[in-house]
Amino acid sequence: MSWREIIYQYDGSFEGLLCCIYESYTQKERPTAIITQDADEPCLFEIRAVTTDRAHAQRIYRSLHKISPEVGPLLRRAHLSCLADKEMAIYRFVAKLYREGAPLLSRLSDESYLPLLKAVRHLSHEAELLRGFVRFSELDGMLGAEIEPKGRVLPLLRRHFCDRFYNESFFIYDRTHREALLYSNRVSRIVPLEHFEMAPPDETEAQYRRLWRRFYDTIAIRERENPRLRMTHMPKRFWGTMTEFQEESAMPIKASPPAAQTARNQPALP
Amino acid sequence: MELLDKLTILADAAKYDAACTSSGARRSHRDGMIGSTSSSPMGCCHTFSADGRCVTLLKILLSNDCSYECQYCVNRRSNDTPRASFTPRELAELTIGFYRRNYIEGLFLSSAVLRSPDHTTELMIRALSLLRNEYRFNGYIHAKAIPGTSPELIEQLGMLADRLSVNIELPSEQSLRTLAPNKTRKAILAPMRQIRERGAENRRELVKYRHAPRFAPAGQSTQMIVGATPESDRHILHLSQSLYDSYQLKRVFYSAYVPVVESSLLPALSTRPPLLREHRLYQADWLLRFYGFHADELLDDVQPNFDPLLDPKCCWALRHPEFFPVEVNRADYESLLRVPGIGVVSAKRILVARRTGPLHAEDLRRLGVVMKRAQYFLTCSGALATPLRLSPESIASNLMALERTCLPAQQLDQLSLFDSAG
Repeated sequence: MSWREIIYQYDGSFEGLLCCIYESYTQKERPTAIITQDADEPCLFEIRAVTTDRAHAQRIYRSLHKISPEVGPLLRRAHLSCLADKEMAIYRFVAKLYREGAPLLSRLSDESYLPLLKAVRHLSHEAELLRGFVRFSELDGMLGAEIEPKGRVLPLLRRHFCDRFYNESFFIYDRTHREALLYSNRVSRIVPLEHFEMAPPDETEAQYRRLWRRFYDTIAIRERENPRLRMTHMPKRFWGTMTEFQEESAMPIKASPPAAQTARNQPALP
Repeated sequence: MELLDKLTILADAAKYDAACTSSGARRSHRDGMIGSTSSSPMGCCHTFSADGRCVTLLKILLSNDCSYECQYCVNRRSNDTPRASFTPRELAELTIGFYRRNYIEGLFLSSAVLRSPDHTTELMIRALSLLRNEYRFNGYIHAKAIPGTSPELIEQLGMLADRLSVNIELPSEQSLRTLAPNKTRKAILAPMRQIRERGAENRRELVKYRHAPRFAPAGQSTQMIVGATPESDRHILHLSQSLYDSYQLKRVFYSAYVPVVESSLLPALSTRPPLLREHRLYQADWLLRFYGFHADELLDDVQPNFDPLLDPKCCWALRHPEFFPVEVNRADYESLLRVPGIGVVSAKRILVARRTGPLHAEDLRRLGVVMKRAQYFLTCSGALATPLRLSPESIASNLMALERTCLPAQQLDQLSLFDSAG
């Protein structure tokens, strides 16, 4: 290993991170940190931009697959998670995995493996909660939703929602990571999207929101009220995008032309 | 009547039913239909109401215009409450509208008894077939089977729904006679038996014909009201055990009795719902279903009720010192599961992690074992997890001290008052 302090800079993709690992092994050096392109803090150490090369990434991926087929998917998820300094955590784990081989994978309390496991559990749990907590609004036949997750959950939500809304068109916008999951004509894509603002609801949409809020308020049993239990199951950070916690005045109703309005009042048939 | 008012009345009337799950059915999307059942085996919670209960289905009555006179029920005939009924179309549109916005995972349809059980079930079938066939709804449906309904109608209902449930409501024949004069034990058990047998038959059909129509693929569940009648926890848990064993129920729900109507046969209106007791029953229920416990082990004649101060698993562990300590590096899965502080997940992790080397107390903590509880019952390679050797009494008091922080203060006072009075 070289004595020089060096920082790798990559494009933020999973393949890019694998290329950093490739770079480290071919150059026989150990990076001090791995940063993404948009992080522009000034620093004293040398920064090397690692270009993403699919062939290099695949070589690393295959070598990991040889150790165990579980590693690839695990690292992919760890890279989506909100773990602090996840690049170096992944790097350290992979270095150790190359040294020690598959037995590391059953040492669940290992200090370089456990942080990744925890991060992936956090991410999967968040995605599981959001499967229920995402709230769609219908606008001109298209369903749209916004979320504010900690991890990048859209790839994990993709399969569920594409199955649930197989015959529809929908999108989910991730405010935290500024990307959107789009689905229409049975094709789904995840695209970066810098800015997005939801259009105000029309009459039908506002009516459904009212009905839902009323149902939500009615279904609670007053004698059993338990705000702490509710917060345990549904942390407050999710409330911001959920219909049942929005005040009615917070959503102005769009005045729609009468012709369009009657069309929307038809039963929601496919 | 406005839809909003109907929704309010009929959701309000349905909310005392505890069952709310969308688990057990795995049905992918279909062409030209709306929705699928959850891709996760545990179902999907869409929100949690102010009482902390999960809301996964649109839990609603088709009508609350009841001809029965069950004392504990808010919809009983003699109770002066606003009455409403949905038309099948209103209900279908509401379900689809909510479902497409991801508010709900499906519909939980129940109903008060309009005229007769058969008539009510026919109305429910009409509403559900409109939803399934005309509105092409492919999501989850939980339907309530009313005791006394004829078998042909139950059959039809099961073809439309994913899960059926028949409520036992009161845990003994005696209580049923006094509080629900229109229901009998026999009338309740008949549809349960039919659902069990039809389900088994359907599974055999599916082996032969892959596309055979499915009868209630997510099985059946039931619920019992706790605290309205004098049955002991032991009685209730034994009933649950026999329901799981002989009726293959997926779930038994326990509903702490909330006094909603005045009746001389019931606890006073000022009684607080026995939430802690309900909680202990659920804990024990989990022990039956996932931890390999049997009702006989948890409660007996000497101790017919759960200790409010300590959870059932800790109680069992304290009563069986001969079983402990369990050696983490050698014990089998079943023994690990019996240790307080080790659950299904952490027991499985222990099995994986100990393959490469012996585990120590610190490793267990990282694996998710709750060492605050488990430390008294474990050894790691022969070494006790806690350096002190404690008597069963001091272990019990330490565990109670842990538990105390989780319990609501007034609940405890109330229970101790009740104990001294009884």
